[in-house]
Amino acid sequence: MEAPPRRPAINFFDLLTEEIILIILDHLRDPLARKSFSQVCKSFYSLESDHRKFIKPRILNFLPNVLRRFPSISQINFSLCPRVEDDTLSSISLAWNSSLETIDLSRSKFFTQKGLSSLATNCSSLLEINLSNRTTLTDSSLKAIGEAKNLERLWLTKCKSITDVGIGCLAVNCRKLKSICLRWCLRVTDYGVGLIAAKCKEIRSLDLSYLLITEKSLSAIFELEHLEALVLEHCHRLDDDGLVSFKKSCQSLKVLNLSHCQSITHIGLSALTNGAQNLEKIILSYSLSFTSDLAECLNDSPRLQSVNLDGIMVRCSGIRAIGNWHSSLKELSLSKCRLMSDECLSFTVQAHKELRKLDITFCRNITYASVDYITRSCPMLTSLRMESCTLVSRDAFLLIGRCQFLVEIDVADTDIDDEGLESIARCSKLCFLRLGMCLNVTDKGLSYIGSSCSKLTALDLYRLSEITDLGISSIADGCPSLEVINIAYNPNVTDNSLLSLSKCLKLRILEIRGCSCISSRGLSNIAVRCRQLTLLDIKRCNNVNDEGMIQLAQHSQKLNQIKLSCCSVTDVGLLALASMSCLNHISIYRLNKLTSYGLAAFLMSCQSLITVKLSTFFKSLLPEHIQESMEARGCVLVWREKESQAPFRRLNRWE
Amino acid sequence: MQHSNQQRCEDPSMSDYGIRMETLFKECNQACGTKSLLPCGSNDGIKIPNQENCQMGDTSQTGKLQDWDPSIMLENLSFLEDKIHQIRGLLHLIANKKGQQLGQPDEIITQEKQLITANLTSIIVQLISTAGSLLPSVKLAASNTSPSVGQHGQIPGITFPSGLGPSSSSIQPQHDIRDKISDQSNQIDLTNMCEMEQNHMEEHELKDEEDGDEGENLPPGSFEILQLEKEEILAPHTHFCTICGKGFKRDANLRMHMRGHGDEYKTPEALAKPNKESESEPKLIKRYSCPYPGCKRNKDHKKFQPLKTILCVKNHYKRTHCDKSYICSRCHTKKFSVMADLKTHEKHCGKDKWLCSCGTTFSRKDKLFGHIALFQGHTPAIPLDESKAPVGQADMEITENNNNNNNNKGGSINLSFGSNASSCENGIQNMMNVKGITDDPISYLSSLNFETCNFGEFNDFPRPPFEDTTKGSFPFLMSESFNYSPKCGGESCPNNLL
Repeated sequence: MEAPPRRPAINFFDLLTEEIILIILDHLRDPLARKSFSQVCKSFYSLESDHRKFIKPRILNFLPNVLRRFPSISQINFSLCPRVEDDTLSSISLAWNSSLETIDLSRSKFFTQKGLSSLATNCSSLLEINLSNRTTLTDSSLKAIGEAKNLERLWLTKCKSITDVGIGCLAVNCRKLKSICLRWCLRVTDYGVGLIAAKCKEIRSLDLSYLLITEKSLSAIFELEHLEALVLEHCHRLDDDGLVSFKKSCQSLKVLNLSHCQSITHIGLSALTNGAQNLEKIILSYSLSFTSDLAECLNDSPRLQSVNLDGIMVRCSGIRAIGNWHSSLKELSLSKCRLMSDECLSFTVQAHKELRKLDITFCRNITYASVDYITRSCPMLTSLRMESCTLVSRDAFLLIGRCQFLVEIDVADTDIDDEGLESIARCSKLCFLRLGMCLNVTDKGLSYIGSSCSKLTALDLYRLSEITDLGISSIADGCPSLEVINIAYNPNVTDNSLLSLSKCLKLRILEIRGCSCISSRGLSNIAVRCRQLTLLDIKRCNNVNDEGMIQLAQHSQKLNQIKLSCCSVTDVGLLALASMSCLNHISIYRLNKLTSYGLAAFLMSCQSLITVKLSTFFKSLLPEHIQESMEARGCVLVWREKESQAPFRRLNRWE
Repeated sequence: MQHSNQQRCEDPSMSDYGIRMETLFKECNQACGTKSLLPCGSNDGIKIPNQENCQMGDTSQTGKLQDWDPSIMLENLSFLEDKIHQIRGLLHLIANKKGQQLGQPDEIITQEKQLITANLTSIIVQLISTAGSLLPSVKLAASNTSPSVGQHGQIPGITFPSGLGPSSSSIQPQHDIRDKISDQSNQIDLTNMCEMEQNHMEEHELKDEEDGDEGENLPPGSFEILQLEKEEILAPHTHFCTICGKGFKRDANLRMHMRGHGDEYKTPEALAKPNKESESEPKLIKRYSCPYPGCKRNKDHKKFQPLKTILCVKNHYKRTHCDKSYICSRCHTKKFSVMADLKTHEKHCGKDKWLCSCGTTFSRKDKLFGHIALFQGHTPAIPLDESKAPVGQADMEITENNNNNNNNKGGSINLSFGSNASSCENGIQNMMNVKGITDDPISYLSSLNFETCNFGEFNDFPRPPFEDTTKGSFPFLMSESFNYSPKCGGESCPNNLL
């Protein structure tokens, strides 16, 4: 961040060996800091250039210079470049043919089988390719990737066009594959998956979510000796009928995800977990009801640490059976288990005293008693999520202070009051706190947090009607490492709050949606001081105008996403934003003073845009060639008819 | 007739279907013994009660026309069988005698002739009375249940008395169905072997296995083995009109046809699909043997695997031991001997879309992936029309097309090699099979035996009396036999001349 100190007389860096300097350089995580480092002197410049391993280009116009300057890049991430062409890929592959190991093309379009082919043939040490979200990726592209013989990790999420044939080519050629993600590759069937299992014996991790696979592929998969993680979300073809005669077992398996597999009951699960001695984590969320039989299936897994039962129909006997397990759980997620009762929950937490993470979000039946047992039995708890546990009384929150190691607390939409916060404030390691919709919380409560939770990095104060600038300032003073704060829909929060928050120099995400008292003046303070700001939500901040935008454009060089809907921003403000080199996502619904000319100028001049959300009103006004050129750049225009929407939509998000 | 009855009592193995060569010879000897006791003048005496019996049987049968009893039917049939055995024994005797003393008085010869004539006539009458009166209903019943075997076998069997020389060779097998004797027709097949160069034994063995009789493991004695002869297997029709003799493939078609012969066939009872066999008594399971010597489906094979139904026999025989006369009109390369196979193939012909990088094509995806899993380095080839090519991928498409064209060329070449190789192999295999058969002493000898001692005689069988009787009373049988004669004659004649 800071430039290394300058020494006028003796250069102490001459005394350091190159290795030590490089180790120091490795500790500079912030790209801006590295930039500063490289600009110290010529030798630092060349050192940094030679040592640079990772780049994430924004604009590909300067690629030739980049290729020349950094000779040993091993990781390249194109997620900020929506348009990556074959030429780019081939020049990269030639320049970094021996060093390139990882390439991420998950957000990019326009490259074809040709570019991938040059990449795969030239870069002999290529280990990882991410081709997710290329719905048009063809089998021939996979065939081209097959040339990368050393490939170990491949991501093909949502590559809906690829079939078994392409997977077959891949499986035969890339024998060293360790991890492959075929999530949403809907045309891949048992044959392709079976071939992967038959040919790639090194597989560690396999994501087959949403595939129409049956137990046939599972029998091949379970032959894999090193398989550790198996994700089978939404695999609806897997059912008890097929699994009932399934006899194989996978001893190496550590993580099994059967989320949304609604045809699997304890019969199928026992077939799958039979002999899985090393199972550590199982996810059964949104599947069938959790009965004692189901719990019995997992009784024999001595290393089981993490169980996720989100949204499952929990039977009391089942939860009680969890309490009788041999293994001691570290993580338990029971969110949206509506029938969960105090009795069951307290029995379970009493048995698993080592519990580190507990999620009981939306368990609406639990009361004080549960919280009592939780806090008493599990002193080591680091994460407690209990959003919308509405029957838990105020007194219960006084007990949370018992768990002093808590790092993450989610008490949104509960009856917690200032005294509860005082108790929570005893958790000095607290990093994440969600208080949204807790209408009993006032400035006083926030001051407790601000006074003792100095490590707080993320705070949610959504819709706390009582809090004012005072509370915010106590937080800003007490929590210098704050990175994320949400103070949306707090009518009493004014520019002063932003002024105090500008002391939090690490602030990345600021959501001040619907704070009508906030104006451009407050925003300017943030813009000037919080240089790390990447996401800003100022929707419905009616008093924010062009001035704020101009300040942002001048100072917040890292701003990546901005939500501007319903502000007083005009063409001028928008055009000012166009100069920002990082701005990728913008939503500009219902900007009344915006004209189509201003919009067109903005779209044409802001080169870094990836997503623009705008109202359909402009669709007819915007010249077609502009829309076409946006498309050609890879930018997505999302047209939506936005009328005044219910501001309380969030309330019934789960209903 | 008394003696014949007596003999039936004496020799219970007559009714046993599983009799072997030895028993047959024994039977011949017994027949020898009885013959000497036979008073020549009692011919008529034998004949009359026999006919009476038949008539009685006839009336009893007609009485039960509406609901006939299959057990009675079976009884009649076994009785007939016994009688045929007797005649055969008698003929053996005569033949042997002829060989010993040529100078036999004409009197005795005519007596013998009369005796045989009488016996045969009685059989015919019996047969007609049992089967003929019931024919429409029996045929209705005989769709694909086990009795249809007997039915199917017997209709051509009736041609026996017509005394047509060539067709008589096809008569003898009738008994062999029950007797389990590989006879002269085995010989036919041996000679036919050279005609069947293009048989793809293995391929069709596979298909037979798919017919579904592979899984069953019946203990050897638990089923009855029937063996149809080649002519019957290849016969185009299995159902015949009792009035005009026209042949049909399906009994339903016959029923439709019968309507034209009179109002009595238009009744709902006559038109109704006959009920399946009532499973009153547990019957011995029937399994079928292929008449082709050396075939795995032939009962003399060491690892004999019986065929389940007549349909299996037909398909097996045509696929394995016949010319493939049906050629696919699309690819002009694939040949089939069963029409249904051709039709199945034509449905999929040209759709060999599953292509391996080695050039092999597969009509089924699982076959391709099985192939790829098996062989190192083989990959699935990407099909020509890779659908939904993304915009701006024209270049890629072109290169891909080129690739695939190359692949395809390689594929077709490979394929042709493959087929050549396989045909060679099959040829060799056929040779092997022939060799195996000639090496097999039992089948070889048995066929020889019959060749020399039996059928030569049958050809010399006196015709006129039979022609007289049959022409008059059973004209329909004549026409029926004519249906068969060209096929049977054409292929069996040279054999008989041997």
